[in-house]
Amino acid sequence: MKLELSAEDAAFREEMRDFFTTEVPQEIRDTVREGRELSKEQIVESQRVLNAAGLAVPNWPVEWGGQDWSALRRHIWHEELQRACVPIPLAFNASMIGPVIAHFGSEELKQRFLPQTANLDIWWSQGFSEPDAGSDLASLRTTAVRDGDDYVVNGQKTWTTLGQYGDWIFTLVRTDPEVKKQRGISMLLIDMTSPGLTVRPIELIDGGHEVNEVWFEDVRVPAENLVGEENIGWDIAKFLLGNERVGVAPVGATKRILAQAKGFAKEQRGSRGGTLLEDPLVASRFVELENELLALELTALRVVAHSADGKPHPASSVLKLKGTELQQAVSELVVDLAGPASLASGAGDDSALPGWARRSTPTYLNLRKASIYGGSNEVQRQIIARTILGL
Amino acid sequence: MDFSHDEEQQALREAVRGLVGKQYSDFELRRQTTKADPGYDETMWARLAEMGVLGLPFGEDDGGSGAGPAEVAIVAEELGRVIAPEPFLTAVVLAGGLVAAAGSPEQRAEVLGALTAGELVPALAHAEPGSRWSPSAESVTASADGDTWTLTGTKEPVPFGAHAGLLVVTAALPDGGTGAFLVQPDAAGLSREGYPLFDGSRAAKVVLDGTPGTPLGAPGLDLTDSIATVMDIGRIVACHEALGAMAYALEATSGYLKSRKQFGVTLNTFQALTFRSADMYVSLELARSVAAWALMVLMTGDRERASDAAARAALQVSRAARHIGQEAIQLHGGIGMTAEYAIGSYTARLTALDHLLGDGDHHLGRLAEVVGQHEDLDPLGA
Ligand SMILES: Cc1cc2nc3c(=O)[nH]c(=O)nc-3n(C[C@H](O)[C@H](O)[C@H](O)COP(=O)(O)OP(=O)(O)OC[C@H]3O[C@@H](n4cnc5c(N)ncnc54)[C@H](O)[C@@H]3O)c2cc1C
Repeated sequence: MKLELSAEDAAFREEMRDFFTTEVPQEIRDTVREGRELSKEQIVESQRVLNAAGLAVPNWPVEWGGQDWSALRRHIWHEELQRACVPIPLAFNASMIGPVIAHFGSEELKQRFLPQTANLDIWWSQGFSEPDAGSDLASLRTTAVRDGDDYVVNGQKTWTTLGQYGDWIFTLVRTDPEVKKQRGISMLLIDMTSPGLTVRPIELIDGGHEVNEVWFEDVRVPAENLVGEENIGWDIAKFLLGNERVGVAPVGATKRILAQAKGFAKEQRGSRGGTLLEDPLVASRFVELENELLALELTALRVVAHSADGKPHPASSVLKLKGTELQQAVSELVVDLAGPASLASGAGDDSALPGWARRSTPTYLNLRKASIYGGSNEVQRQIIARTILGL
Repeated sequence: MDFSHDEEQQALREAVRGLVGKQYSDFELRRQTTKADPGYDETMWARLAEMGVLGLPFGEDDGGSGAGPAEVAIVAEELGRVIAPEPFLTAVVLAGGLVAAAGSPEQRAEVLGALTAGELVPALAHAEPGSRWSPSAESVTASADGDTWTLTGTKEPVPFGAHAGLLVVTAALPDGGTGAFLVQPDAAGLSREGYPLFDGSRAAKVVLDGTPGTPLGAPGLDLTDSIATVMDIGRIVACHEALGAMAYALEATSGYLKSRKQFGVTLNTFQALTFRSADMYVSLELARSVAAWALMVLMTGDRERASDAAARAALQVSRAARHIGQEAIQLHGGIGMTAEYAIGSYTARLTALDHLLGDGDHHLGRLAEVVGQHEDLDPLGA
């Protein structure tokens, strides 16, 4: 057992810290720090800066731009990104479809897509969920029927995050309706400018438009856009969702927000005299959250250290479950710290109330999503109970 | 950063598991053992001594084997898995630990040598009625007449105090601060009244009335810091003992859900129950992470960080132990309430560990006082 970073790893950390705080535009980092919404251009620019330095997709195979880092270095990279308020490389590209193409794709698909995916020249969307296939993803109904050199796709996807920016969408489609539902699924890559494909926005409870419905009406997709073989889509989806889970616990970002929240609490007067942070009830809420985050970060370190050949550790479900609970709990704390100012979500920038307080409630409401997507927390409990505890 | 154990540490784990696991996997044997004084199996204690387990934390010059906290934690975890009643934590880690930290070379060689050999089981008499896990003594006072020191006051609860071959008693010094004294079991003015606790272990009320004691280390020296350090080490070791107990409690509960039938099906068919087990697993893994980390912080030798880490680990483990202990009984139903069945005793043991050196709220309070002094927590400490 050993705690310290080796001199090399400590130097690596410095190097990351230095790069992220000096090379990524300040304005982009300020947007993240203040919890404002990033524009598409900002997300793209930031990822390109990282990619140019080989820092956008370190978990990919080296020949496709990955880094031969230890699990610890990957963790340090991820933590330092979040600490420096650098936007995380777009998950759809960097941690979902990229690794999938690198693992299951033909040489041709790799050549065609991986460099552009790393550099965010292509913006990917995830087309898995359907109105009647949420947690029970395998019951999806969108069909792809082979017709000559093409597949013809019909159906509807929903909840497609940032689909309004999407150039391409990776989808799960039913290619064999006759077999057990998990067996007849394939993964297709679809150009979102294809005729017959439409994207419609859905408004969420925070007033934002981050998710969409995607409709397919006789969309023709060249058969070479199939990932792997026909009808192995379910295995690919499990591989992808496992990766999604590991990345989805944003320990570093939650830690940073909690640290910022301490600053907010120091600026407020408490209702029992002193600052709000000196209120014992408030202080103890900080400690409990801080401690659980510490536990989560350490668990993440244990999990990354034991992921065999890139396969997610089964305990990655702990990270998803607890990571999202803490993310939500910190957002709830921030609303409570804002107190009456939390009501003023509609006030503009000339408001007398601080921006963090005005944004606190929409953020809190928006983050209710975290325990629903990426395999809801109930689904994670199911995975733990079944695969880890054998129940 | 490396959470894994080396080969020697693995071997130690297996050896201890082999020894205590064999004996106490039969829960009835533990029950019988804890029914009679001294509350543990003296043959088992001798075997632990033979295996070198009792001297793990002490330097070779003092008769020990000079191993580190990691080895001590491994032993504690294995004892916790079977809730072995032997007083490893209180006699070796706490009483022995204070002698190792503050004793003169002669005292260390004498006490720790005999402790390592299994010949002497010391007890730390520190807690006082009304005190809440403070490192200083108040109501037991020490006075000096020339070179002769006497102690007066009451210590309670003193873990395994009634049958201990030597008492290490903390006391308020005449010039302020807290000292520690070695008190022989037959010393004048010493009375001890032992009783069993809810977890099957033993404690005693120890009354000192002008009782002679030999100062541990230099006479009159304030040992508050050493006591605090030993308590912090004890906290981290207790966390590992609790981890062993929690891991077993979860395994037993999962096993039970798979075998117990109601409504014609096994209980694991009911998602309301499997989800609660899943949450127990989450609590266990998070607690394990922080306890392992606290151990590593302790191993760096940074006193202040270790104290903070001990409090964080204790808070996390306290919350987890209550959650897992309570759910373990609930998911077992009525059988969980019975003394013949092991699971309730695990919860009892976890509750005892929680209150030995400071419960979750105690540590939460300590940490809350200083929460404004740092921005965020960095486990890698840069
Ligand atoms: C903001 C947002 C963004 C998203 N982005 C994307 C995206 O980009 N691409 C994409 O493909 N999908 C996306 N999703 C979809 C997401 O993955 C699904 O919402 C999720 O899988 C849950 O499905 P559902 O909403 O149909 O809920 P349901 O499956 O209907 O579940 C309803 C409730 O029942 C619980 N439940 C369901 N089954 C069980 C069970 N067996 N046991 C216990 N409890 C159960 C669930 O946990 C949930 O609490 C997004 C969702 C949201 C909210």
